[in-house]
Amino acid sequence: MGQARGRALFFVPALALLAIFVVYPVINTVWLSFFTPEGEFALLKNYADVLSEPEMFDSRGFERGFPYGALIHNVIWIVLHLPLTVMLGLVFAVILRDVKGGAIVKSIVFLGMVTPMVVGGIILRFLFDGNVGIVPSVLALFGFTPRTLTAYPDTALFSLIAGSLWLWTPFSMVLYSAGLETIPDFVYEAAVIDGASPWRIFFNITVPLLRPVTGVVITMTFLWVLKIFDIVFVATMGGPGGASNVLALQMYMYAFRQFNPNAAAVVATFLMIVALVVSIPTFKAAGGEE
Amino acid sequence: MMRTVGRSHGQKVALYIAAGLIALIWLIPFLGVFMASIRPLSEINRGWWKFDSFTPTFKNFIGAWNHPASPISKGMLNSLKVAIPATIVPVLVASIAAYGFARFKFRGRDPLFILVVALMTLPQQMIAVPMFQMMNKIGAVDSYLGLILVHSAWGIPWTLFFMRNYFMALPIEVEEAARVDGASDWRIFFQIIMPMALPAIASAAVLQFMWVWSDFFLALILIYSPSKLLATQRVPLLRGVYHVDWGILAAGSIIVMAVPIIVFAVMQRYYIRGMVGWVSK
Repeated sequence: MGQARGRALFFVPALALLAIFVVYPVINTVWLSFFTPEGEFALLKNYADVLSEPEMFDSRGFERGFPYGALIHNVIWIVLHLPLTVMLGLVFAVILRDVKGGAIVKSIVFLGMVTPMVVGGIILRFLFDGNVGIVPSVLALFGFTPRTLTAYPDTALFSLIAGSLWLWTPFSMVLYSAGLETIPDFVYEAAVIDGASPWRIFFNITVPLLRPVTGVVITMTFLWVLKIFDIVFVATMGGPGGASNVLALQMYMYAFRQFNPNAAAVVATFLMIVALVVSIPTFKAAGGEE
Repeated sequence: MMRTVGRSHGQKVALYIAAGLIALIWLIPFLGVFMASIRPLSEINRGWWKFDSFTPTFKNFIGAWNHPASPISKGMLNSLKVAIPATIVPVLVASIAAYGFARFKFRGRDPLFILVVALMTLPQQMIAVPMFQMMNKIGAVDSYLGLILVHSAWGIPWTLFFMRNYFMALPIEVEEAARVDGASDWRIFFQIIMPMALPAIASAAVLQFMWVWSDFFLALILIYSPSKLLATQRVPLLRGVYHVDWGILAAGSIIVMAVPIIVFAVMQRYYIRGMVGWVSK
């Protein structure tokens, strides 16, 4: 009995912190999401109302262009980001494994990963600035009029997505680099002896053997994009006119600018549900190793 | 190296060109910020990549460090006050619990573990509103204690997951021998397990420190007095009123960024191992 009680103490501090500062607020948020701002219990009607607000989903966008609403912006973000993150991470890992000095280039790419996202946002704003930014100046060489790309509805979101690729590719590159090291040399040796071309080796050996890594990269990238906040807050504040608004930012706006905790709770709960669904395969992998 | 044997000369050249391009594209943003931080605004406005006149100056760093509205120096100090305890607490608390999950057998252990791991995927938005209300009620809004506790709780699921996997891989024989000699669970944990787990603890601590240091969202919600703002909250405030003062903004960015970069440079091995903890079992 004494031993069991002593052992329970191992769990108390961690579980208490989690219960008070994570689990309770989460339950509270779900609860809030079922009520209208007037305090009426509305269950899912609240979701229908909030998710059809123009700042969340703006069907007029399909006729006139941005903004389409935070929900669609997050979808665009994911659709562009996910395949590019997988491709760039994998290709970078393979290229930088095979060249001398690859480790140095990896360290440079990795800088993005250790940069606080707020600073990332500032750097983006600077890169895309019409007066001092290098991107508009380079584009000017191709005949585009220099302008602050983050300040125009048609380019703001895409500028942020490009920036987030720059900041996030290191993560995928590091995971793929680690994955590559687990592929034994004899696999490649055998392929080379059989006369396989580098392309065939890449597509028929490297890519399939790294499939588990790809699973993790996809999940983590999805979660990262869902939660994207800092760079948007700092670089565009979701603007101009909501053209680069995203769900996490809209949640903040509802909660702390419009003082509508219920709408904020709806957006947060929606984010959580998507995040949980996306990460189910990863849980299975984590739980299935007892 | 065997892997490169199958490649022709042309393919190798292409690889090096690609590697050079990657380095260039990833370096340019940082180089730009660095150049902006060491040059006067007049030169930045003409393009930081132009060098017909080049007068390096340290003024921007001093300006950001002692900024009248929002000195970065104060922000650095504040961020340390939050990040150090918010690293020690969760790593210690989660390691203890992780050991329990790895070694003690009891009913409901695995579902409980999976529940804790599942908390890892939560977006911070999910706790924001009730957290603010709770802190408001107990008068902990705008206090570091509240922020430290939230960061600590938030860091537990990942650290616990990571440490538990590490403990599971440790050979159990040493512990069993100690147990036969009559050592208690706590003694075994602190005198045998913790010393063996120092590399893993270093990985967990490095990652947690970087996350807390880089955090913006939780600080934005809980801390608002101008004197208490953390480093990440101060950077955007350096922007200037009538025009964007890129020099000061860039210098402030570099100062705030320097801390995680130095930690990474010194602890690289541990950092990467922590990151890769996701894929390796």
